[in-house]
Amino acid sequence: MQPFTTHTGIAVPLFKDDVNTDHIAPVQAMRALKPDYKALLFMRARQRDDGSEDPDFVLNQPQFRTPGMLVAGHNFGAGSSREAAVWGMLANNIRVIVARSFADIYRENCLQNGLLPIVLEAQDADAFEQKVVAVNGAAPFAVDLQAQRITCPDGVVFAFDIPPADRMRLLEGLDDIGFTLKHADEIGAFEKRMAAAQPWLQIAADSRTS
Amino acid sequence: MPQTLFDKIWESHLVARRGDGRELLYIDRHVLHELHAPHAFEQLQKQQRRVRRPDLTFSMQDHTVATKPGRDDSTNPSGAAFLKAMREGSRKNGIRLFDIDDPEQGISHVVAPELGMVLPGATHAVPDSHASTVGGLGALAFGCGTSELAHILATQVMAMKRPKRMRVRFEGKLAPHVSAKDVALRIIAELGVAGARGHVVEYAGAAVRAMPIEQRMTLCNLNIEMGGRSGFVAPDDTAFGWIAGRPFAPQGALWDRALAHWRTLATDDGAAFDREHVLDCSTLEPQITWGTDPSQVLGISGRVPDPAADPARRAVIESALAYMGLAPGMALAGLKVDRVFIGSCTNSRLPDLQVAADVVRGRRVAAGVVAMVVPGSTTVKREAETAGLDRVFRDAGFFWGESGCSMCAGGNGDRGEPGERCVSTTNRNFEHRQGPKVRTHLVSPATAAATAISGRIADVRQLLAGQA
Repeated sequence: MQPFTTHTGIAVPLFKDDVNTDHIAPVQAMRALKPDYKALLFMRARQRDDGSEDPDFVLNQPQFRTPGMLVAGHNFGAGSSREAAVWGMLANNIRVIVARSFADIYRENCLQNGLLPIVLEAQDADAFEQKVVAVNGAAPFAVDLQAQRITCPDGVVFAFDIPPADRMRLLEGLDDIGFTLKHADEIGAFEKRMAAAQPWLQIAADSRTS
Repeated sequence: MPQTLFDKIWESHLVARRGDGRELLYIDRHVLHELHAPHAFEQLQKQQRRVRRPDLTFSMQDHTVATKPGRDDSTNPSGAAFLKAMREGSRKNGIRLFDIDDPEQGISHVVAPELGMVLPGATHAVPDSHASTVGGLGALAFGCGTSELAHILATQVMAMKRPKRMRVRFEGKLAPHVSAKDVALRIIAELGVAGARGHVVEYAGAAVRAMPIEQRMTLCNLNIEMGGRSGFVAPDDTAFGWIAGRPFAPQGALWDRALAHWRTLATDDGAAFDREHVLDCSTLEPQITWGTDPSQVLGISGRVPDPAADPARRAVIESALAYMGLAPGMALAGLKVDRVFIGSCTNSRLPDLQVAADVVRGRRVAAGVVAMVVPGSTTVKREAETAGLDRVFRDAGFFWGESGCSMCAGGNGDRGEPGERCVSTTNRNFEHRQGPKVRTHLVSPATAAATAISGRIADVRQLLAGQA
């Protein structure tokens, strides 16, 4: 996984609550094993009925065409577990999402891919959103995970909290599987214990053929 | 100290605490599907990692399969590459695959319990947000993304922070023609689409105890629609009886030993939950969604909300009404529909089809309505045909399909036409979910069947009363 240390980019306001994964990555755009993840992001919202670009959608507006981070409302990423809803962000260079809150599976998918999910204190979130609106894509915001701060174009700084474990994982770009496999012996020991205590859990055999 | 059942299952599956503080939870059964597993197989191959426990892992073809009778890989052209990659990945990794032509193929959340892969007190993972469907049997199931799927394949554990505990008690006795789907929609309406975020929900209370297993699965299936991390019902004799004799369940002496353990699986009196909620179900009527998320719900006799009366949510309501083609204050009952779908991991098990068939029997689908029934598994399909249900549906004018995710997943060729109003037993009424600009109303199988017959959104109780 690509480590996350700092990221600087245009902050895109998308303040709606409950933006779901069908909206972020429509399943109709996932018809190939390797779809165009860049084009897939908010694909339906980007287009008008006749297939032409919808100039009103925020990512189609000239100042937001090269986004760097997204600023969203509550429960961002609700719905399905599809990781394409994160891969689409990365393909568009969106490596930070500042939201009022995240859906559980979506947040985990962010952490798995080096995308930094930030939740600000409620009071800061209001002020930060105002900044994003005022800047309106004219200048980039800078995010520093080590220092846990977002610096606005005018120099104003917002501090954010993130669980230390999540922070470390992003900073080091940890290979999550490798990290867990340090405990391979304990996993093996657990299987032996479980095979004695609840043996039916360690067997999933078809009784018609075994 | 008194413990919740969730904590008991969690602690009995705790392998280790990782360096970053996450807990490694052992996964007893891992069920894959072809929309996401191929990417994980590819990742493991690149990293030259092997699947740790192929014997505890199963592969299903469900999301991208066509439902047309006589289907094969080519019937849904965009699915072919997924089906093939799933086949190859499963073979290379030694994982048993229930392929498109397998007599036990079907939706993972339907097939796994049906074959006895789901056991009380066991942990499950599926790369799908509706994983907790199997919580209906007292299993603790987690939906996950593709990276986590690869992680489980390689390690057989999930690395998680322990979720919080929540209990929802449904009290009272459900009225006739009111089912778990109506109960679930009502609780989502009360708690909201993020109401259970960060929590594992235990569903309890007299109304849940009275539910057959298939309805408990419907209830647990919809847990994610209020944001829950997992949801389950503590197992009881109804669950044990349901599992007994299923092919992948323990047999003989092992069954007796398992059963003795399962009887201990309950939340202790006095155990503390982070949140508790109670809903009296005795006056509940059939429910239906009016909007574009599963919390926008009405009783079937209710009226669509007026955005002007709810300043805080005005924009959200206006946007939903515009998409759905509805006006404030109107009734949904009586509204003309174009399509009715009965199926999906939410409502495609045999009793769901029986309830719908009981409404349909001897009647005809209204002119101009496209009505479909897609069984949740090939086993359900076979059993329904043995019971003659396929004839009831086909005689009435329903399409009777091969099993799969169909009108719920959007990637298999089954979808509505732009502007259509679709009454559906699925789980998500998000914009464009069932096809571009399709307007989805989520309901129970009974309400869907009654609507197909009426050609208009119907109160099943009135339709059946008219018969008397």
